[in-house]
Amino acid sequence: MALTTEQPLTIDKPRSSGRPAARRSNFELYSWLFMRLSGLLLVVLVLGHLLIMNILDDGVHRINFGFVAGRWASPFWQLWDLAMLWLAEIHGTNGLRTVINDYARKDATRFWLKMLLYTSMVLILAVGTFVIFTFDPNIGD
Amino acid sequence: MTASTTSPTDQTTSGSRGTTPPVPEGAVAVTVKIRRFNPEVDPEPYWQSFEVPALPTDRVLNLLHYVKWYLDGTLTFRRSCAHGICGSDAMKINGVNRLACKVLMKDLFAGDGKQTTVTIEPIKGLPVHKDLLVDMEPFFEAFRAVKPYLIAYGNEPTRERLQSQADRARFDDTTKCILCACCTTSCPVYWTEGSYFGPAAIVNAHRFIFDSRDEGAEERLDILNDVDGVWRCRTTFNCTDACPRGIQVTKAIQEVKRALLFRRT
Ligand code: HEM
Ligand code: SF4
Ligand code: SF4
Ligand code: FES
Repeated sequence: MALTTEQPLTIDKPRSSGRPAARRSNFELYSWLFMRLSGLLLVVLVLGHLLIMNILDDGVHRINFGFVAGRWASPFWQLWDLAMLWLAEIHGTNGLRTVINDYARKDATRFWLKMLLYTSMVLILAVGTFVIFTFDPNIGD
Repeated sequence: MTASTTSPTDQTTSGSRGTTPPVPEGAVAVTVKIRRFNPEVDPEPYWQSFEVPALPTDRVLNLLHYVKWYLDGTLTFRRSCAHGICGSDAMKINGVNRLACKVLMKDLFAGDGKQTTVTIEPIKGLPVHKDLLVDMEPFFEAFRAVKPYLIAYGNEPTRERLQSQADRARFDDTTKCILCACCTTSCPVYWTEGSYFGPAAIVNAHRFIFDSRDEGAEERLDILNDVDGVWRCRTTFNCTDACPRGIQVTKAIQEVKRALLFRRT
């Protein structure tokens, strides 16, 4: 039989898979675990937050500058809001990272979408944390 | 029997085995609606319907044979054993992944004398070569990547590698896999990201990770711990629902996650 192929006469080993070697990193494991643990904490933090802000007393109708200033005068609520900010932001970012990993078709798209995501996370965390710690109830005076 | 086509292309309308046989007693005419694609002539896939006589004891595979043998010999699909063993005829039947040779027509008949329509599509997430025939190579590549063979170090034993009944039972469920791809091609994560190993590869890794005679568990756990491994699974159970062997696929995946979480780290 005449050989008509122009390709080199090689064939993959039967057990080859063409994938890069595993990276021996537990990053995906910890990220998976973090989603579950932060989710558990967020149930308490977010539902508590919604209850206080929207349901108790007069709900949203009593929220004004003074109400927020009053809550943030206490380190307890400062810490509550700080934990909620960090956990929800990182939880949401990590969730979107998963979604980008799933849906981005090209490596470049994947990379830039994630950069955009991480930049927005850092900005929101920085601004949010800054506000919680430097909030001044006498700002109008 | 007539074949109604919605295709712009001219399909052969004769089967590969000549004239239609007599319709058996008790057969009901059903509509078989097939997702067809011939890359050499069709710009894109289209639906084509055939009227086929079906007995309650027929499997969907019999109806496909009827179409191929007596109505349109160009219909292309895989099958081999016709008894749910070889795993070659996975396809999407009425929207769910099944082996055509294991779905009985009596379970598909529409009640109240209504016309029965059976829709058949290729499994999703693998490139379609023609009609119901898909390229299985990406599926088998993921299978090979998890090292689905016994790994043992040191001297060969002078007799069989013995194992207790309890040790054998540990991975019994995942030995039943026939590599049909029903599970992997029902997985929404695999649809969107083909580099995910997919449930079938994890099932076959599980079969060796939990085998007391095997010494390659750490290598396989490393592979499944990476970005395309078990952490991608969203626990939607599509794979478990699809498995024609009744393997608890999602449970096997969770057992690998558990091994990673508690046996290591
Ligand atoms: C109320 C408490 C919450 C709980 C218990 C919770 C729990 C979870 C869990 C367990 C996952 C992982 C799902 C999986 O891997 O299959 C997840 C994913 C995700 N979460 Fe949350 N979460 C909560 C709140 C939030 C909030 C406040 C946000 C937004 C900031 C958010 C955004 C996301 C996103 C984007 C994903 C990824 C979805 C995906 O994997 O397709 N979650 N959540
Ligand atoms: S349980 Fe996991 S592997 Fe199975 S279909 Fe769902 S996401 Fe895919
Ligand atoms: S686990 Fe079940 S569905 Fe998946 S390839 Fe094996 S036999 Fe088929
Ligand atoms: S033809 Fe072998 S499993 Fe269906």
